[in-house]
Amino acid sequence: MSALAYDGAAMVGRQLRRVRNSPGLAVLTQLMPVNMLLFFGYVFGSALAMPGPEYRSFLVPGLLVATAAGGLMTGMFQAAADTHRGVTDRFRTMPVSRAAVPLGQAVADLVVTALGTVPLLLVGLAVGWRVEGSAAGALGAVGLLLLFRFACTTVGIFLGLLTRSEDAAGQLGASSFVLPLLSDAYIPTGNLPGWLRTLAEWNPISAVTTALRELFGNAPVPEGAAWPVAHPVAGSLAWSALLIAVFLPLAVHRYGRG
Amino acid sequence: MTTTYAVLSEGLEKRFGSVPALRGLDLAVRQGSVCGLLGPNGAGKTTAVRVLTTLLRPDAGSARVAGHDLVRDAAAVRRGIAVTGQYASVDGDLTGRENLRLFARLHRVRGPNDRAAELLDRFGLTEAADRRAATYSGGMRRRLDLAASLVRRPEVLFLDEPTTGLDPVSRNGIWQAVRELTADGTTVLLTTQYLEEADQLADDIVLMDRGRVAQTGSPAELKALFGRHVEAVVAGPHALSKAAAVLDRLTGTEPRFDHERHTVGALTTDPTLTLPRLVRELDAAGVPLLDASLRPPTLDDVFLRLTGSAA
Repeated sequence: MSALAYDGAAMVGRQLRRVRNSPGLAVLTQLMPVNMLLFFGYVFGSALAMPGPEYRSFLVPGLLVATAAGGLMTGMFQAAADTHRGVTDRFRTMPVSRAAVPLGQAVADLVVTALGTVPLLLVGLAVGWRVEGSAAGALGAVGLLLLFRFACTTVGIFLGLLTRSEDAAGQLGASSFVLPLLSDAYIPTGNLPGWLRTLAEWNPISAVTTALRELFGNAPVPEGAAWPVAHPVAGSLAWSALLIAVFLPLAVHRYGRG
Repeated sequence: MTTTYAVLSEGLEKRFGSVPALRGLDLAVRQGSVCGLLGPNGAGKTTAVRVLTTLLRPDAGSARVAGHDLVRDAAAVRRGIAVTGQYASVDGDLTGRENLRLFARLHRVRGPNDRAAELLDRFGLTEAADRRAATYSGGMRRRLDLAASLVRRPEVLFLDEPTTGLDPVSRNGIWQAVRELTADGTTVLLTTQYLEEADQLADDIVLMDRGRVAQTGSPAELKALFGRHVEAVVAGPHALSKAAAVLDRLTGTEPRFDHERHTVGALTTDPTLTLPRLVRELDAAGVPLLDASLRPPTLDDVFLRLTGSAA
């Protein structure tokens, strides 16, 4: 266990140094959700039934979760790039704890995500989003968000180790952009036709988004929703736990097997 | 005293789907020696190295590497080996210094920062130490790769095509570093496309072909197996077959043609074949001879004979 902690810490350090060495990439990654907040909030939002300020408050938690779901893409791309460039194999031939490499990547990603969320929150505040609930609730919301990010990154790392190709990972990652579109991240699911609504509400992104809206006090839990959305905090915890329980062992196993 | 082997494998087999890559590989690499692993593309060199460095599990057979069983005790093997090459690389997003510090930490080297500085100095990378490795030239990148393998002295170092694509000066630098290492007692298993490199560095050569060992020996032994190389350069393509007939008769081996250079060559083990006799026989046959030579074979000649293809 101490070997895992020591190697894991070294791997976290590695990932953080990489970000520090190429800060441009991190900045670009953070521009995306900010742009989307402005476009969706003002351009698309004007076509919705919901009043603008209300929609932007509704949208900020959605974008936070959609960005967290991007851990799938980031995790996959990094793992695939490391594998493709032979870095993963280098580690595999060294006496390094087997779980340290995937875990180190996921933990370092959390640190980067936590920092990277700040610009979106600041722009959110500027367009009228507020924490309307308790401080404890807000902290809980941040905790749920990071837990969900960790889960998504874990899935991504496994897929990245599986594909081994930066190109394939890039393509797959780009298509993961649609995942939040089929959830309540950008629109309320209440008006969707029945089967589509069910699908959207069983999307893990919907549970976490609803939980954030409830904990930040931005919007109430919709009525008559599927279980994960009707019980959003429990639903978010369950989804994240399930993803981590399945994909973390798979990622560690896949890394170890080569 | 009995010979100890740093790498000893018996009957290693590995297949990918229905394609066999290793078909019973028996290797014995003496401790402290440099073993050159050669073979045409597809001979199984890369698979052999991947199996011996614990990256792939063999389907059958057994091996001991750095004193430990490859399959049962892979973790112990990893403590004794280092791997440098095309498929085991440093992190291009980190600087040279950060890479070496990271590897030193992972190897539990005391004073990782000092060790990194020492290696940067030894490999002439101090000036570039704080640049991202992705910005390094090919030669610098290889030196960093090699330095990363030496943060802690390995018992067995696997060098996979360490100088492919390097200019002669960089290549000499890498060769020098490898020689210094073996002087310290490290065993090196080297794969290379350059037979000259194997000739320069290797104590023993293992020629692989179709997943097995085709031939082993020191460079001198391998060359001696084939005696001397006879070569005739003629005035035009029309004279090649005539010259080939003479060489065939004199050496008893099938001549090889180089049509572009109007050259035909063969290997001979006949000690009575001298240069004057060669020239007389070719002249008597009416071959318009421009140049003739009788010299020890290069490893290239040996390689072509054994595997029927270029390295």
